[in-house]
Amino acid sequence: MSAPTLQRPAPDEADLQRHFDAVIAAEHRIEPRDWMPDGYRRTLIRQIAQHAHSEIIGMQPEGDWLLAAPSLRRKAILLAKVQDEAGHGMYLYSAAETLGADRADLTDKLIERKQKYSSIFNYPTLTYADVGVIGWLVDGAAICNQVPLCRSSYGPYARAMIRICKEESFHQRQGYELLMTMMRGTPEQRAMVQDAVDRWWWPSLMMFGPPDADSPNSAQSMAWGIKRHSNDELRQRYVDMSVPQAEVLGVTLPDPDLEYDPATGHHRFGAIDWDEFQRVLAGDGPANAERIRRRRAARDDNAWVVEAATAYASKHGS
Amino acid sequence: MSDVTAEGGHGAVPLSPDVPVEPRPAVSRRDWPLYEVFVRGKRGLNHVHVGSLHASDDEMAIDAARDLYTRRNEGVSIWVVRAADITASSPDEKDPLFAPSGDKVYRHPTFYEIPENVPHM
Repeated sequence: MSAPTLQRPAPDEADLQRHFDAVIAAEHRIEPRDWMPDGYRRTLIRQIAQHAHSEIIGMQPEGDWLLAAPSLRRKAILLAKVQDEAGHGMYLYSAAETLGADRADLTDKLIERKQKYSSIFNYPTLTYADVGVIGWLVDGAAICNQVPLCRSSYGPYARAMIRICKEESFHQRQGYELLMTMMRGTPEQRAMVQDAVDRWWWPSLMMFGPPDADSPNSAQSMAWGIKRHSNDELRQRYVDMSVPQAEVLGVTLPDPDLEYDPATGHHRFGAIDWDEFQRVLAGDGPANAERIRRRRAARDDNAWVVEAATAYASKHGS
Repeated sequence: MSDVTAEGGHGAVPLSPDVPVEPRPAVSRRDWPLYEVFVRGKRGLNHVHVGSLHASDDEMAIDAARDLYTRRNEGVSIWVVRAADITASSPDEKDPLFAPSGDKVYRHPTFYEIPENVPHM
């Protein structure tokens, strides 16, 4: 009789791949210690890291208005919102780390501009109405993007997104309420809202990315259950949602070609300037340099705090 | 045009392979240890894993967990534990670790047939 052995036969790669495919096909979730194809892991780290970067950089445009908010109520709301964005970034870095990424390294890659963040945050917030429009249009677009991610095939990402989506609803509603308040105000305030809408509408449509025809690799992300809807599908959904909201608010969306098509039940809209999108994504937007400069300063200027806490912990043997 | 996906949250982000994702080979010296966070949502419920964070020590981990995971009254109690101190089974459902419970249907109440006229059972 042979002694029992603890050694299990090593499963071969084809076996692991079959098991992975079966989990995806059954709409079950992949969890951190599961075997996964290398491309799946890399695609997820890339997407989650850049999503996290967007949340962190996204604190800046609105943060610029924290000290200029018109009332204590508005200031408290804005502070809570900006703090949420930091939280969202942290949930996402946490998810990226379950894939083997290193949080400090991801931050370095952001500061070195090797990894990107959403192009929308490279536009400046010129007036206080921009705070409202960011909540309404930018966070509204983010909700369109993010709701499908709650069903992402990767468990930690999906769970982070559920938490984020719950909080994002507050972001959009406070923005819309802020704009409604301004629209009930003076003609100058109403003009300020319209001006902000004019500046943010097209960049918001760009948030959904290039047309499907120019996204050759998204089929793989779809198959993996990382991506759930095409860029154009999400953009159309967003336009259809935003048009009646603009009507209630009493603003005009800056697109002469915007028109309801009864045949399809959708709104047709004008051509998007993709050259601008590529320019801004590549680094040539109004505020790219400033966004990165501040993030670098936050890392470098606070390095002494990190070191001091580390020294304290090692001395007191936590 | 490089592949850019909408589903990067607050807008499209590039997913092409030229965006590097290699984890750094050596652990950064700046890094504080990773803590896993568990929150009891309300009295009567178990603590549930909610995510992770980095902190220099246990006390800071609790403070950061409060700020990060309970901004809207999501908890009445928090546990933090260093990720390195957790021992875990493989999550693979085919793992032989869980095989012994697979064929023991007699552990479940529905295994037993009881006539319908037997009350309170």
